[in-house]
Amino acid sequence: MSGRHGAERNRLPVNGRALATTAKAVAPAMMARAKQSVRAALPDGLAPPTMPGGIEPPPSRRSVGIDYDTDWARTYPARLARVVLLEGMVRPGVTALARPTVRGLDRLDDLDGPAIFAANHHSHLDTPLLGTTIPDPWRHRLVIGAAADYFFGNRLTAPLSALVVGAIPIERQKVSRRSADEAAALIDDGWSFLIFPEGGRSPDGWGQPFRGGAAYLSLRCEVPVVPIHIEGTGRILRKGRSLPKPSPTTITFGTPLHPRTDEDSRRFASRLEREVAALADESRTDWYEARRRAHAGATPPLQGPEVGAWRRTWDLGDRSPRRKRRARWPEL
Amino acid sequence: MPRPGFVLDVDRSTPPILFHHGEGFRLERLPADRSRVIYPAEPLPALRHPDEAIRQALCNPVGDSPPLPELLRAGMKLTIAFDDISLPLPPMQRPDIRQRVIEAVLDMAAEAGVDDVELIAALALHRRMTPSELRHALGDRVYDAFAPHGLLTNHDAEDPDNLVELGTTDAGEVVEMNRRAAESDLLVYVNINLVSMDGGWKSTATGLSSYRSLRHHHNVRTMEHSTSFMDRHRSELHHSNWRMGEVIRSSGPRIFQIETTMNNNVFGTEGPMAVLQKREWEWTARDRVSFTAMRKGLEQLSAANRRRIFQNWKAPHAMTSVQAGEVEAVHEVTLEHTYAQHLVPVEGQTDILTMGLPYICPYNVNSIMNPILVMCLGLGYFFNLYRGKPLVRKGGVLIMSHPTPWEFHPVHHPSYIDFFEQVLAETTDRHEIEQRFEKSFAEDEWYRHLYRTSYAYHGVHPFYMWYWGSHALAHLGRIIVVGGDVRAVRRLGFQPASTLTDALEMASDVVGRDATVTHVHNPPILMADVT
Repeated sequence: MSGRHGAERNRLPVNGRALATTAKAVAPAMMARAKQSVRAALPDGLAPPTMPGGIEPPPSRRSVGIDYDTDWARTYPARLARVVLLEGMVRPGVTALARPTVRGLDRLDDLDGPAIFAANHHSHLDTPLLGTTIPDPWRHRLVIGAAADYFFGNRLTAPLSALVVGAIPIERQKVSRRSADEAAALIDDGWSFLIFPEGGRSPDGWGQPFRGGAAYLSLRCEVPVVPIHIEGTGRILRKGRSLPKPSPTTITFGTPLHPRTDEDSRRFASRLEREVAALADESRTDWYEARRRAHAGATPPLQGPEVGAWRRTWDLGDRSPRRKRRARWPEL
Repeated sequence: MPRPGFVLDVDRSTPPILFHHGEGFRLERLPADRSRVIYPAEPLPALRHPDEAIRQALCNPVGDSPPLPELLRAGMKLTIAFDDISLPLPPMQRPDIRQRVIEAVLDMAAEAGVDDVELIAALALHRRMTPSELRHALGDRVYDAFAPHGLLTNHDAEDPDNLVELGTTDAGEVVEMNRRAAESDLLVYVNINLVSMDGGWKSTATGLSSYRSLRHHHNVRTMEHSTSFMDRHRSELHHSNWRMGEVIRSSGPRIFQIETTMNNNVFGTEGPMAVLQKREWEWTARDRVSFTAMRKGLEQLSAANRRRIFQNWKAPHAMTSVQAGEVEAVHEVTLEHTYAQHLVPVEGQTDILTMGLPYICPYNVNSIMNPILVMCLGLGYFFNLYRGKPLVRKGGVLIMSHPTPWEFHPVHHPSYIDFFEQVLAETTDRHEIEQRFEKSFAEDEWYRHLYRTSYAYHGVHPFYMWYWGSHALAHLGRIIVVGGDVRAVRRLGFQPASTLTDALEMASDVVGRDATVTHVHNPPILMADVT
C-alpha cells in the first residue's frame, strides 16, 4: 500500500479547519460571558468598570507583535532562567540534532565589547544553535532580532521567544524606526545582537540577498559585525518541514568587520554578504582556496548559480556530507 | 605601566624566595646582607591590534626590501618557513603568533594569485612536529588548507635529495639548505623571538640546514667563544651564522624575514599560576593559600601527572612588536624590543649564582626534562642570559635547583639515553666527548631513521646540549644541584645537595665563607646586563 493511502486511512474523522473557524467565531462571546461572570462575583469597587453607552471605547493597545515589551527578559532572574534553559535543555537538544563543528572562534580573540553577529539563515534551528555557540562573554548578553509577526504573533510565543532565546521583535514587512531604535539602545547598553540579514529562512536551500539592518546598526552604534556562516541546518529542519532530521553542521566565524569611512549601510551589507559567502567557500573547500577566490572576486555567491530551478536543487544536493558524490551524467 | 626589573638586596626581613624546581617549587631563605635577587621586568603591554600591526609591518619593511605584496606574483614559487615547537616557551595560548603572521602572508599571496606555496617547520635537528602541534602553531585554517595536500612539512635534514649546497663561507663552513626553500623565488621566514639568541641569519642558516652545516658552529670551540650566545655581537655562534647568511644572500633564495617579540607574561595575571609571576612580598593571603595548595597538591601526584599538568599550560604571551624585511635590519630592531623586556642592569659579579630551573626548556615541550636537558637549561640557557660579563665570577659556583630525574622520553630522546648511559659513564670532558663520540652518534643509521620517520631528536642532539654548556663549564669552579637524583647528578659530573643550606656550605669550600650570592628569579625570563 502506498504511503499516501496509508496516511488517508489514519486520518481522524474531524475536519480541523472547520473546527478552528468555529472556535475563532465563538471565542469572543465566551470571553465576554466569562468577564461578566467575574464582574458579577466581585463586590463593587473591585469589579472592573463597565463602559457607559455612547462612549467610544479607546482602541485596545496591542501587547504582542512589534509592541511586545521584552524588558523583563533582560532582568537578572530571566537571564538566569535563560542560562538554565539553554544549558539544560537547548544545548543537549542542539548537540543531539546538529553535532556542530565550530571554526574560526580564534578570530574573535581581539574583539572587545558588544558586537553584531550576522549569519545566513536556513532553519529555525539556527537561533538555538548560535545561541549556544557564540562564545562568552557575548553569549550571556545577547539579544536576537526575531520576526515580530512570526515569533511575537501571540501571547504564548512572544514570552517564550523573549525568555528562551532572548529575542526582541523586529519588523520585517516594512522599514521600522522603532525596531532599529530599540536594537541600537540595547547595543549602546552593552548588549550584543544576533541578526539574520536575509530577513527569513531560505526557501530553497540557497541564500537570499542581505538586507541592510546589521550594517545600519553597525554604522549607527560604531560596533563591529561578526560574519557567521552556518552550514547544514537546512538538512535538519528546512523551511516547510515540521520534523527535524539529525545531521552534522558547521559554524564558521569570520573576522569582525568595521564599516569603512566611505561605506554606507547598503555597501557595507553587500561586503558583509561577500564575507559570509567567503566563509561558506572556506567551509566547503579550504581557507587558502577561499581567500584566493575572494581576492579574485570569484567566490561563489550565497544565492547560488543563476540557472534553472532544477539545476539549483541539483547543485545543492551534493553538499550533504552524508550523500556520496554521484557521478554526473554523462561521465566524460 | 609595567615595572622594570630590579635587583633586591636581601636582608633579614626579606621573605623566602621562590625557586622553581622542575614540576614543583621551593621556598628558600638566602643569607642576609650578602645576597641579592634579580627580578624580571613585568610584562610589557601587548600590541593592541596585532593583526593590523602585522599587516603594517609586511607593507612597510625595514632595510633594503620592497613591501611583501610587491614580491608576490602569480606563477611564483613561495615557501614559508617558521620556528618549530621549541618556541615559544611555554607554548602560547591560541592563536599562536605564527598563525597570525602566516595567515597575513598567505592572504597577500592569495591576493596575488600565488599557487605554488609550501610551508616548512624549520626544525634543523629537532624532532618533527606532530600534526596536533602543527595545528596549534598554525591554526586550523592554515593546517586544513595545506597539510592534507602534503604542502605543510617538517624540514628533513637527513634527506639528501631535499638538500642543496649553496657554497662555502670565507672560514670554510659549508652552507647546506632545504632544497625547496633554496629554490624558491621567495622564502618568507616567520620567527618568534623569545630571547635575543633567536632570529637573524640563525633562522635560515640553522633552521633549514643539515648536520654538515650545523657542525661548524654547534661545537665546543664556538660555544666557548660565545660570551654569551645571547649577545649576538659577542657570540661566535652568531658570527658563524652571519657568515653563512652572506652565502645565502649571494647564492640562495630571496628572503623576507618576519620577526616578532613577545612579552614575558608566562603565568598570567589571574588564575592558579599567577602567583609565580609576583614578587614574594606582594603575595596576598589568597596567593599564599593558592601557592601552598598548588605545592602540596603537586606533591601528592605522580611525576607523570605533574608533568601532564604543567605541559598542558599554555602561556598568555602577547606580541609586543613585529618587523619585517631584510634579515639583518629586521633583527637589529628585534633585539631592541627583546632587550626592552629582558634586560635588568646588574652591578658587579657574584661568587655564587643560584637558579631554580623550571619544568620546561626548548627541547622537552610535551616531553620529559632529562638530566642532559637540565644541564643544558642551567649551564646553557640560564647561565648565558647575560650581556657584558657573566653574573658569576670566573671560578665561582653555580647552584641549580631541579629534581633531575633519571628519566628519558624513549620516543623523543633515544640518543640521549645512549649518550647518558654510554658516553657520560666514560667521561664528562666536552672536548673528549666531541672527539671520540660525536661522529658515531651523528651518522648512526638507527638514529637517522628515528629522526626522519618518528618524532626523535637527531642522534647528535645530546652532544649539542652538552656543548651548549661549554662556556659555563669552562668558567665555573663548581656546579651543585639541589634536590636532584643523586646518581643522575653525579653522572653529569656535578655535586648533589639536599638543601640550599648544604649547597652553600659546599660552595664555601671553593669561594670562602663570606661569598656573595645572587639568585636569578627566572622565569619569567630576564637577562642580566652586568657592568
